[in-house]
Amino acid sequence: MKIAVCVNHVPDTETKVKIAADGQSIDRTGVNFMMAPYDEIAVEEALRMRDKFKGDVTVISLGNEKHKETLRKALAMGADKAILVRDDSERDSYGVAVGLAAALKPLAPEVILFGKQSIDYDDAQVGTLVAEMLGMPSVSVAVNIEIQDGKAVCVREIEGGHEIVEIKLPAVFMAQKGLNDPRYPSLKGIMAAKNKPIEEQVAAPADRLVETLAMSKPPAKAAGRIVGTDKTAVPELIRLLHEEAKVI
Amino acid sequence: MKALVFIEQRNNVIKKSSYETVRAARDVADALDAECIALLVGSGVESIGGTLGRYGASRVLIVDDPALAAHSGTAYAKAIASVAAAEGAELVFLPASQMGKDLAPRVAVKLKAGLASDCIALRVEHGTVIGTRPVYAGKALLDVRVNSAVKVFTLRPNVFPATIAEANVGVQNATVTFSPEDFGAVVTKVEVVVGRPDVTEADIVVSGGRGMKAAEHFSLIESLAEVLGAGVGASRAVVDAGWRPHDEQVGQTGKTVSPSLYVACGISGAVQHLAGMSSSKYIVAINKDKDAPIFQMADYGIVGDVFEIVPELTAQLKQMLGK
Repeated sequence: MKIAVCVNHVPDTETKVKIAADGQSIDRTGVNFMMAPYDEIAVEEALRMRDKFKGDVTVISLGNEKHKETLRKALAMGADKAILVRDDSERDSYGVAVGLAAALKPLAPEVILFGKQSIDYDDAQVGTLVAEMLGMPSVSVAVNIEIQDGKAVCVREIEGGHEIVEIKLPAVFMAQKGLNDPRYPSLKGIMAAKNKPIEEQVAAPADRLVETLAMSKPPAKAAGRIVGTDKTAVPELIRLLHEEAKVI
Repeated sequence: MKALVFIEQRNNVIKKSSYETVRAARDVADALDAECIALLVGSGVESIGGTLGRYGASRVLIVDDPALAAHSGTAYAKAIASVAAAEGAELVFLPASQMGKDLAPRVAVKLKAGLASDCIALRVEHGTVIGTRPVYAGKALLDVRVNSAVKVFTLRPNVFPATIAEANVGVQNATVTFSPEDFGAVVTKVEVVVGRPDVTEADIVVSGGRGMKAAEHFSLIESLAEVLGAGVGASRAVVDAGWRPHDEQVGQTGKTVSPSLYVACGISGAVQHLAGMSSSKYIVAINKDKDAPIFQMADYGIVGDVFEIVPELTAQLKQMLGK
Protein backbone atom coordinates (compact mmCIF):
# COMPACT_ATOMS: atom_id res chain seq x y z
CA MET A 1 0.00 0.00 0.00
CA LYS A 2 1.28 3.42 -0.92
CA ILE A 3 0.88 5.80 2.01
CA ALA A 4 1.69 9.51 2.05
CA VAL A 5 1.80 11.74 5.13
CA CYS A 6 1.87 15.52 4.99
CA VAL A 7 3.61 17.23 7.90
CA ASN A 8 4.13 20.81 8.98
CA HIS A 9 6.97 22.52 10.84
CA VAL A 10 5.44 24.86 13.44
CA PRO A 11 6.34 26.89 16.54
CA ASP A 12 6.50 24.87 19.76
CA THR A 13 3.27 24.92 21.79
CA GLU A 14 5.26 26.52 24.66
CA THR A 15 5.82 29.62 22.50
CA LYS A 16 4.76 32.94 23.97
CA VAL A 17 3.57 34.82 20.94
CA LYS A 18 5.03 38.24 20.16
CA ILE A 19 3.96 40.18 17.10
CA ALA A 20 6.72 40.88 14.55
CA ALA A 21 7.55 44.38 13.30
CA ASP A 22 5.50 43.80 10.11
CA GLY A 23 2.37 43.59 12.26
CA GLN A 24 1.23 40.53 10.29
CA SER A 25 3.12 37.59 11.74
CA ILE A 26 4.83 36.36 14.90
CA ASP A 27 8.33 37.37 15.94
CA ARG A 28 10.35 34.21 15.32
CA THR A 29 13.31 35.28 17.46
CA GLY A 30 14.12 32.52 19.91
CA VAL A 31 11.11 30.44 18.86
CA ASN A 32 11.65 26.68 18.65
CA PHE A 33 10.01 24.89 15.76
CA MET A 34 8.85 21.31 15.75
CA MET A 35 6.67 18.82 13.90
CA ALA A 36 3.03 19.76 14.54
CA PRO A 37 1.71 17.45 17.31
CA TYR A 38 -1.21 16.12 15.26
CA ASP A 39 1.16 15.40 12.38
CA GLU A 40 3.17 13.10 14.68
CA ILE A 41 -0.02 11.11 15.18
CA ALA A 42 -0.52 10.99 11.39
CA VAL A 43 3.04 9.70 10.86
CA GLU A 44 2.55 7.04 13.54
CA GLU A 45 -0.71 5.89 11.91
CA ALA A 46 1.03 5.68 8.53
CA LEU A 47 3.82 3.52 9.96
CA ARG A 48 1.30 1.19 11.60
CA MET A 49 -0.63 0.87 8.32
CA ARG A 50 2.59 0.06 6.47
CA ASP A 51 3.52 -2.59 9.03
CA LYS A 52 0.09 -4.16 8.66
CA PHE A 53 -0.42 -3.97 4.90
CA LYS A 54 3.19 -3.67 3.63
CA GLY A 55 4.11 -0.92 1.18
CA ASP A 56 5.89 2.32 1.95
CA VAL A 57 5.44 5.68 3.62
CA THR A 58 6.40 8.93 1.91
CA VAL A 59 6.43 12.01 4.11
CA ILE A 60 5.91 15.41 2.47
CA SER A 61 6.23 18.94 3.75
CA LEU A 62 5.72 22.24 1.98
CA GLY A 63 7.89 25.09 3.14
CA ASN A 64 11.44 26.37 3.45
CA GLU A 65 14.74 24.59 4.14
CA LYS A 66 13.93 24.36 7.87
CA HIS A 67 11.06 21.95 7.18
CA LYS A 68 13.78 19.35 6.57
CA GLU A 69 14.11 19.04 10.37
CA THR A 70 10.54 17.82 10.60
CA LEU A 71 10.97 15.55 7.56
CA ARG A 72 14.12 14.16 9.20
CA LYS A 73 12.14 13.42 12.35
CA ALA A 74 9.50 11.54 10.35
CA LEU A 75 12.27 9.53 8.68
CA ALA A 76 13.74 8.82 12.12
CA MET A 77 10.34 7.56 13.27
CA GLY A 78 10.47 5.13 10.35
CA ALA A 79 9.13 6.77 7.17
CA ASP A 80 10.74 5.46 3.97
CA LYS A 81 11.00 8.56 1.79
CA ALA A 82 10.80 12.31 2.23
CA ILE A 83 9.91 15.13 -0.15
CA LEU A 84 10.37 18.81 0.56
CA VAL A 85 8.03 20.84 -1.62
CA ARG A 86 10.11 23.94 -1.53
CA ASP A 87 8.49 27.32 -1.07
CA ASP A 88 10.03 30.17 0.90
CA SER A 89 6.99 32.45 0.88
CA GLU A 90 4.17 32.44 3.43
CA ARG A 91 1.34 30.69 1.62
CA ASP A 92 -2.25 30.61 2.76
CA SER A 93 -3.90 27.23 3.29
CA TYR A 94 -5.17 27.17 -0.30
CA GLY A 95 -1.63 27.75 -1.61
CA VAL A 96 -0.22 25.00 0.62
CA ALA A 97 -2.95 22.63 -0.58
CA VAL A 98 -2.26 23.41 -4.27
CA GLY A 99 1.45 22.66 -3.75
CA LEU A 100 0.84 19.47 -1.79
CA ALA A 101 -1.86 18.18 -4.17
CA ALA A 102 0.52 18.64 -7.14
CA ALA A 103 3.26 16.72 -5.32
CA LEU A 104 0.91 13.96 -4.15
CA LYS A 105 -0.80 13.28 -7.48
CA PRO A 106 2.10 11.47 -9.25
CA LEU A 107 2.63 9.29 -6.16
CA ALA A 108 -0.93 7.93 -6.49
CA PRO A 109 -1.20 7.03 -2.80
CA GLU A 110 -4.09 4.91 -1.58
CA VAL A 111 -3.99 6.63 1.77
CA ILE A 112 -3.02 10.22 2.54
CA LEU A 113 -2.71 11.28 6.17
CA PHE A 114 -2.59 14.74 7.73
CA GLY A 115 -2.80 16.02 11.28
CA LYS A 116 -6.28 17.42 11.96
CA GLN A 117 -4.82 20.93 12.01
CA SER A 118 -1.50 22.67 12.33
CA ILE A 119 -1.09 24.51 15.59
CA ASP A 120 0.02 27.80 14.09
CA TYR A 121 -2.70 29.17 11.83
CA ASP A 122 -5.25 26.62 13.09
CA ASP A 123 -7.04 26.70 9.76
CA ALA A 124 -7.91 22.98 9.78
CA GLN A 125 -8.35 23.25 6.00
CA VAL A 126 -5.39 21.79 4.15
CA GLY A 127 -6.23 18.08 4.38
CA THR A 128 -9.78 18.52 3.15
CA LEU A 129 -8.71 21.03 0.47
CA VAL A 130 -6.19 18.49 -0.86
CA ALA A 131 -8.84 15.75 -0.79
CA GLU A 132 -11.24 17.86 -2.82
CA MET A 133 -8.51 18.92 -5.27
CA LEU A 134 -7.58 15.25 -5.82
CA GLY A 135 -11.22 14.14 -6.02
CA MET A 136 -10.96 11.95 -2.93
CA PRO A 137 -13.30 11.55 0.04
CA SER A 138 -11.91 12.43 3.47
CA VAL A 139 -12.43 12.04 7.18
CA SER A 140 -11.44 14.94 9.41
CA VAL A 141 -10.85 14.53 13.15
CA ALA A 142 -10.34 10.74 12.94
CA VAL A 143 -9.81 8.91 16.24
CA ASN A 144 -9.89 5.41 14.72
CA ILE A 145 -9.23 4.10 11.19
CA GLU A 146 -9.83 0.48 10.14
CA ILE A 147 -8.89 -0.34 6.56
CA GLN A 148 -10.37 -3.36 4.85
CA ASP A 149 -11.19 -4.34 1.25
CA GLY A 150 -10.64 -1.01 -0.45
CA LYS A 151 -12.53 1.00 2.12
CA ALA A 152 -12.10 2.28 5.64
CA VAL A 153 -14.38 2.52 8.61
CA CYS A 154 -13.46 5.49 10.78
CA VAL A 155 -14.53 6.96 14.06
CA ARG A 156 -14.76 10.72 13.78
CA GLU A 157 -15.08 13.05 16.75
CA ILE A 158 -18.10 15.38 16.78
CA GLU A 159 -19.57 17.63 19.45
CA GLY A 160 -20.43 15.48 22.44
CA GLY A 161 -19.78 12.15 20.75
CA HIS A 162 -18.62 10.28 17.68
CA GLU A 163 -19.80 9.29 14.26
CA ILE A 164 -18.85 6.23 12.27
CA VAL A 165 -17.86 7.09 8.70
CA GLU A 166 -17.48 4.61 5.85
CA ILE A 167 -15.14 5.85 3.18
CA LYS A 168 -13.84 4.51 -0.12
CA LEU A 169 -10.11 4.42 -0.89
CA PRO A 170 -8.09 6.25 -2.07
CA ALA A 171 -8.89 8.71 0.69
CA VAL A 172 -7.54 11.39 2.98
CA PHE A 173 -7.56 11.04 6.77
CA MET A 174 -6.85 13.72 9.35
CA ALA A 175 -5.50 12.50 12.67
CA GLN A 176 -6.90 13.62 16.01
CA LYS A 177 -5.40 13.00 19.43
CA GLY A 178 -6.54 9.56 20.61
CA LEU A 179 -5.87 7.84 17.27
CA ASN A 180 -2.58 6.47 18.64
CA ASP A 181 0.38 7.35 20.81
CA PRO A 182 3.19 8.43 18.50
CA ARG A 183 6.53 6.71 19.04
CA TYR A 184 9.74 8.51 19.85
CA PRO A 185 12.42 8.06 17.20
CA SER A 186 14.94 5.40 18.29
CA LEU A 187 18.66 6.12 18.24
CA LYS A 188 18.96 3.64 15.38
CA GLY A 189 16.17 5.45 13.55
CA ILE A 190 17.83 8.82 14.05
CA MET A 191 21.14 7.50 12.69
CA ALA A 192 19.43 5.84 9.71
CA ALA A 193 17.49 9.03 8.93
CA LYS A 194 20.72 10.96 8.47
CA ASN A 195 21.53 8.87 5.42
CA LYS A 196 18.08 8.91 3.84
CA PRO A 197 17.87 11.46 1.03
CA ILE A 198 15.24 14.22 1.05
CA GLU A 199 13.95 14.86 -2.45
CA GLU A 200 13.34 18.50 -3.27
CA GLN A 201 10.69 19.84 -5.62
CA VAL A 202 9.62 23.35 -6.43
CA ALA A 203 6.08 24.02 -5.21
CA ALA A 204 3.44 24.50 -7.90
CA PRO A 205 2.43 28.17 -8.05
CA ALA A 206 -0.80 29.32 -6.40
CA ASP A 207 -2.68 32.57 -5.92
CA ARG A 208 -3.12 33.87 -2.43
CA LEU A 209 -6.86 33.85 -1.73
CA VAL A 210 -6.87 34.89 1.91
CA GLU A 211 -4.86 37.97 2.75
CA THR A 212 -3.66 38.87 6.22
CA LEU A 213 -4.31 42.51 7.04
CA ALA A 214 -3.04 42.61 10.59
CA MET A 215 -2.06 40.45 13.53
CA SER A 216 -2.82 41.58 17.04
CA LYS A 217 -2.79 40.27 20.57
CA PRO A 218 -6.19 39.55 22.10
CA PRO A 219 -7.25 42.27 24.54
CA ALA A 220 -5.58 41.67 27.91
CA LYS A 221 -7.91 40.77 30.74
CA ALA A 222 -8.01 43.12 33.69
CA ALA A 223 -6.56 41.60 36.83
CA GLY A 224 -9.18 39.53 38.58
CA ARG A 225 -10.39 39.61 42.12
CA ILE A 226 -9.46 37.12 44.82
CA VAL A 227 -12.76 36.48 46.55
CA GLY A 228 -11.33 34.53 49.47
CA THR A 229 -9.07 31.75 50.68
CA ASP A 230 -11.45 29.06 51.94
CA LYS A 231 -15.03 27.85 51.67
CA THR A 232 -16.42 30.89 53.47
CA ALA A 233 -15.79 32.72 50.16
CA VAL A 234 -18.33 30.54 48.33
CA PRO A 235 -21.47 32.66 49.03
CA GLU A 236 -19.68 35.80 47.80
CA LEU A 237 -18.48 34.00 44.66
CA ILE A 238 -22.03 32.86 43.92
CA ARG A 239 -23.35 36.38 44.52
CA LEU A 240 -20.80 37.84 42.06
CA LEU A 241 -21.60 35.25 39.41
CA HIS A 242 -25.30 35.85 39.82
CA GLU A 243 -25.50 39.64 40.27
CA GLU A 244 -22.36 41.05 38.65
CA ALA A 245 -21.47 38.60 35.88
CA LYS A 246 -25.08 37.39 35.50
CA VAL A 247 -23.91 34.02 34.22
CA ILE A 248 -25.88 31.85 36.69
CA MET B 1 -25.41 40.53 -3.82
CA LYS B 2 -26.38 37.32 -2.03
CA ALA B 3 -25.10 35.59 1.09
CA LEU B 4 -25.78 31.88 1.55
CA VAL B 5 -25.70 30.28 5.01
CA PHE B 6 -25.37 26.53 5.47
CA ILE B 7 -27.59 25.31 8.31
CA GLU B 8 -26.41 22.29 10.25
CA GLN B 9 -29.09 19.91 11.44
CA ARG B 10 -28.63 16.63 13.23
CA ASN B 11 -31.69 14.34 13.39
CA ASN B 12 -33.58 17.25 11.83
CA VAL B 13 -32.87 19.53 14.77
CA ILE B 14 -31.11 22.77 13.85
CA LYS B 15 -27.98 23.44 15.89
CA LYS B 16 -27.72 26.68 17.86
CA SER B 17 -24.44 27.56 16.12
CA SER B 18 -26.36 27.70 12.84
CA TYR B 19 -28.81 30.26 14.22
CA GLU B 20 -25.79 32.29 15.35
CA THR B 21 -24.32 32.03 11.85
CA VAL B 22 -27.55 33.20 10.17
CA ARG B 23 -27.76 36.25 12.44
CA ALA B 24 -24.11 37.18 11.83
CA ALA B 25 -24.54 36.70 8.07
CA ARG B 26 -27.68 38.84 8.11
CA ASP B 27 -25.77 41.67 9.81
CA VAL B 28 -23.09 41.47 7.11
CA ALA B 29 -25.72 41.23 4.37
CA ASP B 30 -27.51 44.33 5.69
CA ALA B 31 -24.25 46.31 5.61
CA LEU B 32 -23.76 45.26 1.97
CA ASP B 33 -27.39 45.59 0.95
CA ALA B 34 -27.33 41.87 0.20
CA GLU B 35 -29.89 39.11 0.57
CA CYS B 36 -29.39 36.52 3.32
CA ILE B 37 -30.44 33.02 2.24
CA ALA B 38 -30.37 30.00 4.57
CA LEU B 39 -29.77 26.53 3.12
CA LEU B 40 -30.90 23.33 4.82
CA VAL B 41 -29.63 20.02 3.49
CA GLY B 42 -30.99 16.64 4.53
CA SER B 43 -34.04 14.41 4.32
CA GLY B 44 -37.44 15.58 5.58
CA VAL B 45 -36.11 19.00 6.57
CA GLU B 46 -38.93 21.09 5.10
CA SER B 47 -40.85 21.46 8.37
CA ILE B 48 -37.88 22.75 10.38
CA GLY B 49 -36.79 25.54 8.02
CA GLY B 50 -39.34 28.26 8.73
CA THR B 51 -37.86 29.37 12.06
CA LEU B 52 -34.67 30.47 10.30
CA GLY B 53 -36.54 33.61 9.23
CA ARG B 54 -36.65 34.72 12.85
CA TYR B 55 -32.85 34.70 12.98
CA GLY B 56 -32.45 36.81 9.87
CA ALA B 57 -32.90 34.59 6.80
CA SER B 58 -34.97 36.40 4.18
CA ARG B 59 -35.37 33.15 2.26
CA VAL B 60 -34.89 29.49 3.15
CA LEU B 61 -33.86 26.92 0.55
CA ILE B 62 -33.83 23.20 1.12
CA VAL B 63 -32.08 20.37 -0.66
CA ASP B 64 -34.28 17.51 0.50
CA ASP B 65 -33.38 14.02 -0.67
CA PRO B 66 -33.81 10.62 1.04
CA ALA B 67 -30.21 9.87 0.02
CA LEU B 68 -29.11 12.70 2.33
CA ALA B 69 -30.67 11.22 5.48
CA ALA B 70 -27.24 9.96 6.51
CA HIS B 71 -24.63 12.70 6.51
CA SER B 72 -22.08 12.58 3.69
CA GLY B 73 -19.42 15.27 3.59
CA THR B 74 -18.86 14.83 -0.14
CA ALA B 75 -22.57 14.97 -1.05
CA TYR B 76 -23.43 17.81 1.34
CA ALA B 77 -20.55 19.90 -0.03
CA LYS B 78 -21.88 19.34 -3.53
CA ALA B 79 -25.34 20.49 -2.43
CA ILE B 80 -23.98 23.70 -0.88
CA ALA B 81 -21.68 24.57 -3.79
CA SER B 82 -24.40 23.81 -6.37
CA VAL B 83 -26.93 26.06 -4.67
CA ALA B 84 -24.34 28.82 -4.12
CA ALA B 85 -23.47 28.70 -7.84
CA ALA B 86 -27.11 28.58 -8.97
CA GLU B 87 -27.98 31.58 -6.76
CA GLY B 88 -24.80 33.44 -7.67
CA ALA B 89 -23.97 33.86 -3.97
CA GLU B 90 -20.75 35.77 -3.42
CA LEU B 91 -20.63 35.10 0.31
CA VAL B 92 -21.01 31.67 1.87
CA PHE B 93 -21.14 31.18 5.64
CA LEU B 94 -20.99 27.96 7.65
CA PRO B 95 -20.74 27.34 11.40
CA ALA B 96 -17.21 26.31 12.41
CA SER B 97 -18.66 23.17 13.99
CA GLN B 98 -17.14 19.77 13.29
CA MET B 99 -19.57 19.43 10.38
CA GLY B 100 -19.02 22.95 9.06
CA LYS B 101 -15.23 22.70 9.26
CA ASP B 102 -15.41 19.42 7.33
CA LEU B 103 -17.59 20.88 4.56
CA ALA B 104 -16.17 24.37 4.11
CA PRO B 105 -12.85 23.47 2.40
CA ARG B 106 -14.69 21.31 -0.17
CA VAL B 107 -17.22 24.04 -0.84
CA ALA B 108 -14.39 26.57 -1.21
CA VAL B 109 -12.52 24.47 -3.79
CA LYS B 110 -15.70 23.85 -5.80
CA LEU B 111 -16.42 27.60 -5.87
CA LYS B 112 -12.76 28.60 -6.43
CA ALA B 113 -13.12 30.58 -3.23
CA GLY B 114 -10.82 31.50 -0.39
CA LEU B 115 -11.89 30.35 3.07
CA ALA B 116 -11.48 32.31 6.30
CA SER B 117 -11.87 29.72 9.07
CA ASP B 118 -13.22 30.00 12.56
CA CYS B 119 -13.97 33.74 12.60
CA ILE B 120 -14.92 35.31 15.94
CA ALA B 121 -15.85 38.72 14.48
CA LEU B 122 -16.95 40.05 11.09
CA ARG B 123 -17.07 43.64 9.88
CA VAL B 124 -17.65 45.37 6.57
CA GLU B 125 -15.17 48.01 5.40
CA HIS B 126 -15.42 49.69 1.98
CA GLY B 127 -17.80 47.00 0.78
CA THR B 128 -15.51 44.15 1.84
CA VAL B 129 -15.99 41.65 4.65
CA ILE B 130 -13.11 41.46 7.10
CA GLY B 131 -12.95 38.47 9.42
CA THR B 132 -11.09 38.25 12.71
CA ARG B 133 -9.81 34.81 13.54
CA PRO B 134 -7.73 33.44 16.41
CA VAL B 135 -4.40 31.83 15.53
CA TYR B 136 -1.89 30.01 17.74
CA ALA B 137 -4.92 28.76 19.68
CA GLY B 138 -5.96 32.28 20.56
CA LYS B 139 -2.54 33.66 21.51
CA ALA B 140 -2.95 36.09 18.60
CA LEU B 141 -5.72 37.36 16.32
CA LEU B 142 -5.60 37.85 12.55
CA ASP B 143 -7.71 40.22 10.52
CA VAL B 144 -8.16 38.65 7.09
CA ARG B 145 -9.75 39.55 3.80
CA VAL B 146 -10.72 37.02 1.15
CA ASN B 147 -9.64 38.13 -2.32
CA SER B 148 -11.46 35.61 -4.56
CA ALA B 149 -14.78 36.46 -6.23
CA VAL B 150 -16.67 34.05 -3.97
CA LYS B 151 -15.73 34.16 -0.31
CA VAL B 152 -16.33 31.47 2.31
CA PHE B 153 -16.34 32.03 6.07
CA THR B 154 -16.81 29.67 8.99
CA LEU B 155 -17.91 31.20 12.30
CA ARG B 156 -16.89 29.89 15.71
CA PRO B 157 -19.81 28.54 17.75
CA ASN B 158 -20.84 30.27 20.98
CA VAL B 159 -19.40 33.66 19.98
CA PHE B 160 -22.02 35.40 17.81
CA PRO B 161 -25.45 36.03 19.39
CA ALA B 162 -28.48 34.19 17.95
CA THR B 163 -30.87 37.11 18.22
CA ILE B 164 -34.50 36.76 17.17
CA ALA B 165 -35.75 39.86 15.34
CA GLU B 166 -38.01 38.86 12.45
CA ALA B 167 -40.79 36.41 11.66
CA ASN B 168 -40.84 32.93 10.14
CA VAL B 169 -40.42 32.69 6.39
CA GLY B 170 -41.50 30.14 3.80
CA VAL B 171 -39.31 27.31 2.56
CA GLN B 172 -38.49 26.66 -1.11
CA ASN B 173 -36.97 23.63 -2.77
CA ALA B 174 -33.63 23.80 -4.58
CA THR B 175 -32.84 20.95 -6.92
CA VAL B 176 -29.51 19.18 -6.84
CA THR B 177 -29.04 15.82 -8.55
CA PHE B 178 -26.75 13.29 -6.91
CA SER B 179 -24.96 10.27 -8.33
CA PRO B 180 -23.41 7.35 -6.37
CA GLU B 181 -19.94 8.90 -6.82
CA ASP B 182 -21.02 11.84 -4.68
CA PHE B 183 -21.19 9.60 -1.62
CA GLY B 184 -17.47 8.83 -1.17
CA ALA B 185 -17.80 9.16 2.60
CA VAL B 186 -21.02 8.37 4.46
CA VAL B 187 -21.84 8.47 8.17
CA THR B 188 -23.35 5.12 9.14
CA LYS B 189 -23.89 5.75 12.84
CA VAL B 190 -23.83 8.63 15.32
CA GLU B 191 -23.08 8.07 19.00
CA VAL B 192 -23.73 11.10 21.18
CA VAL B 193 -23.45 11.15 24.95
CA VAL B 194 -26.86 12.37 26.09
CA GLY B 195 -27.26 14.81 28.91
CA ARG B 196 -23.96 16.62 28.98
CA PRO B 197 -23.02 19.35 26.51
CA ASP B 198 -19.73 19.32 24.63
CA VAL B 199 -17.22 21.90 25.90
CA THR B 200 -17.28 23.74 22.56
CA GLU B 201 -21.05 24.20 22.73
CA ALA B 202 -21.64 24.53 26.46
CA ASP B 203 -22.65 27.83 28.02
CA ILE B 204 -20.73 26.86 31.17
CA VAL B 205 -17.62 24.66 31.36
CA VAL B 206 -16.21 23.17 34.57
CA SER B 207 -12.63 21.96 34.12
CA GLY B 208 -10.25 20.02 36.31
CA GLY B 209 -6.47 19.84 36.30
CA ARG B 210 -3.65 18.09 38.06
CA GLY B 211 -4.73 19.66 41.35
CA MET B 212 -7.61 17.15 41.39
CA LYS B 213 -4.89 14.60 42.26
CA ALA B 214 -6.59 11.45 40.91
CA ALA B 215 -9.05 10.31 38.25
CA GLU B 216 -11.70 9.35 40.82
CA HIS B 217 -11.78 12.91 42.23
CA PHE B 218 -13.28 14.13 38.96
CA SER B 219 -16.63 13.08 40.40
CA LEU B 220 -16.44 16.46 42.20
CA ILE B 221 -16.05 18.21 38.83
CA GLU B 222 -18.89 16.17 37.32
CA SER B 223 -21.23 16.98 40.24
CA LEU B 224 -20.58 20.71 39.90
CA ALA B 225 -21.04 20.47 36.12
CA GLU B 226 -24.32 18.64 36.58
CA VAL B 227 -25.75 21.30 38.89
CA LEU B 228 -24.79 24.01 36.38
CA GLY B 229 -25.79 22.03 33.27
CA ALA B 230 -22.17 22.49 32.22
CA GLY B 231 -19.73 20.65 30.00
CA VAL B 232 -16.72 18.94 31.61
CA GLY B 233 -13.24 19.97 30.54
CA ALA B 234 -9.75 18.88 31.49
CA SER B 235 -6.18 20.09 31.23
CA ARG B 236 -3.64 18.35 29.04
CA ALA B 237 -1.81 16.95 32.07
CA VAL B 238 -4.80 14.95 33.26
CA VAL B 239 -5.65 13.75 29.75
CA ASP B 240 -2.07 12.62 29.22
CA ALA B 241 -2.22 10.86 32.59
CA GLY B 242 -5.27 8.96 31.33
CA TRP B 243 -7.62 10.39 33.99
CA ARG B 244 -9.96 11.94 31.42
CA PRO B 245 -10.79 11.25 27.73
CA HIS B 246 -8.98 13.39 25.14
CA ASP B 247 -12.24 14.87 23.83
CA GLU B 248 -12.48 16.85 27.08
CA GLN B 249 -9.05 18.46 26.71
CA VAL B 250 -9.13 22.25 26.58
CA GLY B 251 -6.08 24.03 25.18
CA GLN B 252 -3.77 24.34 22.23
CA THR B 253 -3.73 20.62 21.42
CA GLY B 254 -7.30 20.19 22.57
CA LYS B 255 -10.45 22.22 22.14
CA THR B 256 -10.80 25.98 22.17
CA VAL B 257 -13.84 27.08 24.15
CA SER B 258 -15.74 30.34 24.62
CA PRO B 259 -18.44 29.71 27.22
CA SER B 260 -20.11 32.43 29.30
CA LEU B 261 -18.50 30.93 32.40
CA TYR B 262 -15.36 28.79 32.74
CA VAL B 263 -14.62 27.29 36.16
CA ALA B 264 -11.01 26.08 36.44
CA CYS B 265 -10.48 23.74 39.38
CA GLY B 266 -6.95 22.73 40.32
CA ILE B 267 -5.61 24.09 37.02
CA SER B 268 -2.43 26.13 37.27
CA GLY B 269 -2.81 27.64 33.80
CA ALA B 270 -0.04 26.52 31.44
CA VAL B 271 0.22 28.78 28.40
CA GLN B 272 -1.30 26.06 26.17
CA HIS B 273 -4.33 25.77 28.46
CA LEU B 274 -4.86 29.53 28.77
CA ALA B 275 -4.83 29.77 24.97
CA GLY B 276 -7.79 27.41 24.75
CA MET B 277 -10.06 29.11 27.28
CA SER B 278 -9.04 32.78 27.38
CA SER B 279 -12.02 33.83 25.22
CA SER B 280 -14.44 32.67 27.94
CA LYS B 281 -16.59 35.60 29.03
CA TYR B 282 -16.09 34.98 32.77
CA ILE B 283 -13.42 32.83 34.38
CA VAL B 284 -13.41 31.47 37.92
CA ALA B 285 -10.23 29.87 39.28
CA ILE B 286 -9.99 27.68 42.34
CA ASN B 287 -6.41 26.76 43.18
CA LYS B 288 -4.34 26.55 46.32
CA ASP B 289 -1.28 28.18 44.72
CA LYS B 290 -1.81 31.96 44.83
CA ASP B 291 0.94 32.43 42.20
CA ALA B 292 -0.71 30.12 39.63
CA PRO B 293 -0.92 31.90 36.24
CA ILE B 294 -4.64 31.07 36.03
CA PHE B 295 -5.33 33.83 38.58
CA GLN B 296 -4.03 36.47 36.15
CA MET B 297 -6.72 35.38 33.73
CA ALA B 298 -9.53 34.81 36.24
CA ASP B 299 -12.27 37.34 36.96
CA TYR B 300 -12.90 35.71 40.33
CA GLY B 301 -10.49 33.52 42.23
CA ILE B 302 -10.51 31.53 45.42
CA VAL B 303 -7.05 30.66 46.68
CA GLY B 304 -7.77 27.47 48.51
CA ASP B 305 -8.28 23.72 48.58
CA VAL B 306 -10.38 22.40 45.67
CA PHE B 307 -11.49 19.45 47.81
CA GLU B 308 -13.05 21.83 50.31
CA ILE B 309 -14.34 24.56 47.98
CA VAL B 310 -15.74 22.63 45.00
CA PRO B 311 -18.15 20.46 47.08
CA GLU B 312 -19.28 23.54 49.01
CA LEU B 313 -19.88 25.43 45.78
CA THR B 314 -21.83 22.48 44.39
CA ALA B 315 -23.97 22.19 47.51
CA GLN B 316 -24.82 25.89 47.67
CA LEU B 317 -25.57 26.14 43.96
CA LYS B 318 -27.77 23.06 44.20
CA GLN B 319 -29.82 24.73 46.90
CA MET B 320 -29.98 28.03 45.05
CA LEU B 321 -30.91 26.53 41.68
CA GLY B 322 -33.34 24.09 43.29
CA LYS B 323 -31.72 20.95 41.92
